[in-house]
Amino acid sequence: MSRAPQLKALVLIAPLLVFLGVFFVWPLVTVISQAISDPAISRVLPRTASAISGWNGQGLPGAEVQAALRADMAANTDEMAMGDVIRRLNASKSGFRSLMGKTVTALKESPDKPLAEIDKRWGDTAYWLAIRENASPYTDAYLLESVDLERGSDGSIQAKPAGSSANGAIILRTLWTGALVTLCCLLIGLPYAMVTASVTGWKRALLLGAVLLPLWTSLLVRTAAWMILLQENGLINQALMGLGLTNAPLALIYNRFGVVLAMTHVLLPFMVLPIYSVLLTVPGNLMGAAASLGAHPVRAFLRVLLPLSLRGVISGMLLVFMSAIGYYITPALIGGATDQMISSVIAFYATGSANWSMAAALGLILLVLTLVLYALYNRLSREPGQMG
Amino acid sequence: MTDSFMRFDKVTKDYGSVRVVEDLDLTIARGEFVSLLGPSGSGKTTLLMMLAGFESVTAGAITLDGQRLNDVPTYKRDMGVVFQNYALFPHMTIARNVAFPLEMRGTPKSEIATRVKRALDMVQLGHLSDRMPGQLSGGQQQRVALARSLVFEPRVVLMDEPLGALDKQLREQMQLDIRELHHRLGLTIIFVTHDQDEALTMSDRIAVFNKGQIQQCASPRQVYDHPANRFVAEFIGETNLLAGKVSGVDGGRVALTLPDGSVLQADGAPGFSVGDDALLSLRPERIDLHGPADALTGLNTLRGDVADTIYQGDHLRIVIVTAAGRIIARVPRKAAEWPNGSQVVLSFRPTDGWVIAP
Ligand SMILES: Nc1ncnc2c1ncn2[C@@H]1O[C@H](COP(=O)(O)OP(=O)(O)OP(=O)(O)O)[C@@H](O)[C@H]1O
Ligand SMILES: [Mg+2]
Repeated sequence: MSRAPQLKALVLIAPLLVFLGVFFVWPLVTVISQAISDPAISRVLPRTASAISGWNGQGLPGAEVQAALRADMAANTDEMAMGDVIRRLNASKSGFRSLMGKTVTALKESPDKPLAEIDKRWGDTAYWLAIRENASPYTDAYLLESVDLERGSDGSIQAKPAGSSANGAIILRTLWTGALVTLCCLLIGLPYAMVTASVTGWKRALLLGAVLLPLWTSLLVRTAAWMILLQENGLINQALMGLGLTNAPLALIYNRFGVVLAMTHVLLPFMVLPIYSVLLTVPGNLMGAAASLGAHPVRAFLRVLLPLSLRGVISGMLLVFMSAIGYYITPALIGGATDQMISSVIAFYATGSANWSMAAALGLILLVLTLVLYALYNRLSREPGQMG
Repeated sequence: MTDSFMRFDKVTKDYGSVRVVEDLDLTIARGEFVSLLGPSGSGKTTLLMMLAGFESVTAGAITLDGQRLNDVPTYKRDMGVVFQNYALFPHMTIARNVAFPLEMRGTPKSEIATRVKRALDMVQLGHLSDRMPGQLSGGQQQRVALARSLVFEPRVVLMDEPLGALDKQLREQMQLDIRELHHRLGLTIIFVTHDQDEALTMSDRIAVFNKGQIQQCASPRQVYDHPANRFVAEFIGETNLLAGKVSGVDGGRVALTLPDGSVLQADGAPGFSVGDDALLSLRPERIDLHGPADALTGLNTLRGDVADTIYQGDHLRIVIVTAAGRIIARVPRKAAEWPNGSQVVLSFRPTDGWVIAP
């Protein structure tokens, strides 16, 4: 009975579903698969890869695996791809470079020569194990690398040698910058929202407008404005020096201070608006009631208004933090080399070194962080009134 | 001391250029239950807000127990306030709500527990102490607000239309409960209401407000039977007003000559002299109806024709056209009925009428 309307509804939202699929789900799937796929060996040595998956790892693999490897190597025409494969295998088991080089040359001369005769190392299980290990089209190597981990030769997860990768440090820096920005937004946004909610008429409109206006301005414009203000001979430094407060220009830009300042400005609305909207639902005379019951205004604030605005505060903090850790333009333009955040690293891998897999893996880490926070946000915003 | 526990001296309140309360004088004794009654916008809430300290006093003085209150902040005034919308703290349990004023006063924990329990038991809500306010009905929230405003034994309890949101039955129950508490605890209560029945039932005295001024402040009986002026007579209950000239004054008894020449005797406020214009206020239920042939002595009488009879369940409202104007009489159902157009004689005892200035 309800099928017809259901179908109709489905048809009506079909464009939206298609849109979501094309512009959201598909890119997401691509990114995830990019982050965990490792097609090098399975593409260059397809027969070997499928044959070796049937081998139990005990003794030497059967003749069909060896034949597959020989056939794959004979069929390969892409020297570069083969070089990539050799590099990968050598990373798992040293000695592979010379072994493969020797084998490729030997097979060119006499395609039917048994592998064991070409080099006795083919009689060593360890080399075959290395192939099997890398034969899978999937890998966790990029994900591990994006948090400074790797797999050792025995397959266990271990930390990368110190100094060889800065991803972990940059993730921590990203979280720290996000936390700083969130704190600054809270310190400014909470009193601001409370004042806004407590006044009426044109005063409220003015305060709300001041917060909303930046939202309607392009992020790039706002960041550029900060660049102009904070420069060495920008407005602020000129004013400070003109007033005689400093002799030399202060370093306001290309450091952490500038980044946090500009990001706080940009993200402030996301703190103010949730708190403001929660405060609007608080009956106006609760503070009066608290006063009539003997509460000093400060205690009334701490016991009544603050707990009641907590839900907005938590929403605001999560919103600001989630947006902050994904910031790219502002740190890139206003930060120095040591202020770059995870997005800059992703951009570097994606456009600078064409390492799409690393870019995707780092992106995935960022996505997971954001999703965890979002789940937290959802939980907290669904349970009102339980925080007092 | 009992006479002037609380005093308003020429209290005035302006909002911008609008004068909302004007030169108001009022004294309230300790333990008294005073209702503020008046039309919407007459300044009742404003007066209460000034008393509680939520609004400043533009001019004049409020004193409580000899202490000038004008510049004392709300949290030091020690008054319990019951708001119309209850104003319970939505993030605290019922028990925590009621404990709040005690915690603010630094009462020891063990004592808080017993006093909260006692206060909640008093309003018969002891079993709900762990609920959140959102989980209670309007009437229950109302009682929590009451318990919270009483638990710290304030000097005065202010209530702004606290029963306005309740249905009739619950409202009547709460009226009795509040009255009972008032007697038991000897509370001084100032109670704002729109509902005159409520004011008549509950109060020791009723202060009738109009346009920021108190028209009369007296016992319910006094306000109803002997209204100070035309506004009070018309605002409280229903009345017939007959205009005439004073033709004689004898102690508290005034003789009023109506335009058609008939003379009526009734009690009246002092201060009338012969020749003054005056109004006779005659409550509909104080009028008796008779057939034109009935012999009547020692009573005021007026002749008229029945114009309409309105059935109202337990009584009839009868509209009668007389030479002095339309008069409404309210007669019990068991009294005789008259068809429209029939001639009747109205009568009332001189003590049942009241003469006021026009
Ligand atoms: N904050 C304010 N600013 C300006 N005028 C106000 C303000 N508060 C109240 N008034 C005005 O003061 C007058 C008295 O208001 P008040 O609230 O005391 O009336 P009330 O007697 O309590 O009426 P009701 O029975 O409708 O509650 C009204 O005319 C109202 O418009
Ligand atoms: Mg009011």
